[in-house]
Amino acid sequence: MQLDTLKQLVRGIIETRPEEIGCDSCFEELDRFVEMKLAGKDTAAAMPLVHDHLERCPACRAEFEALLAALQKLAEAAP
Amino acid sequence: MSERTNEQWLAALGSPGADYDAALADLRAQLVKGLGYALSAPGNIRPEDLEDFAQDALLKILDGLHTFRGESKFMTWAQKIAVRVAFSELRRRRWRDTSLDAMTEGVGGGEFIPPELIDPDADSEQQAMQRLLLQRVRYVIDHELTDRQRRALVAAVLHGVPPDELARRMDTNRNAVYKLIHDARKRLKKQLLATGLSAQEVLAVFE
Repeated sequence: MQLDTLKQLVRGIIETRPEEIGCDSCFEELDRFVEMKLAGKDTAAAMPLVHDHLERCPACRAEFEALLAALQKLAEAAP
Repeated sequence: MSERTNEQWLAALGSPGADYDAALADLRAQLVKGLGYALSAPGNIRPEDLEDFAQDALLKILDGLHTFRGESKFMTWAQKIAVRVAFSELRRRRWRDTSLDAMTEGVGGGEFIPPELIDPDADSEQQAMQRLLLQRVRYVIDHELTDRQRRALVAAVLHGVPPDELARRMDTNRNAVYKLIHDARKRLKKQLLATGLSAQEVLAVFE
């Protein structure tokens, strides 16, 4: 383990919440979340559990970022 | 390609009819285009992948039409499914030759966080606190986590194995893997805070 990984691990442990949503619940809400993001809304305040999950789960985060990029570019390319 | 409302998408895709083929073709084209944007970063995309991912996603979308709750645009929901399909397959390819046993067998607290891993830039008092806290982390890993929690934590943190690939190897699902690691983190947090330090103080020790 590298020092940076260790520091991230400690932060991840300390910031653990008693209740967190899992990947399935995050995925369920992701379309609504990404549309709020595209609309410039404060997603952390509006959907804190999804926001929190995306901060913790690199796999879900990667999918969110890819989806966001796709929707942004589709909108730009639309006639 | 015409813009459709959610209701129009559902009506066209929900039953065979004049609109079905046109809607299916439009959706497929949009999925391929969206995946092209979504997957522009990873370098391991084959030319035929986008079509294949879109086709697999299309089947999932049609199967799951009844689960669309209408809380977003239909196209957003559909692209979400396509991205999940593509990423799952890319992760499967990336990790297919990796053995979970090889990564986690015999890895206890001491292997997870080697005793010599201390911040060299920290002062001596801070280093002493780091040693104390990390000793607790190792203890929890060795004595308080279940074997499945330990393996999931080691694979995810040390090797970066994504939850869907862990799930495949642990004969469970992605959500259950997240819960395993969440439960492990809760146990580790409890022990770290049992030192009497506040959460902020623990973080400061590793700043």
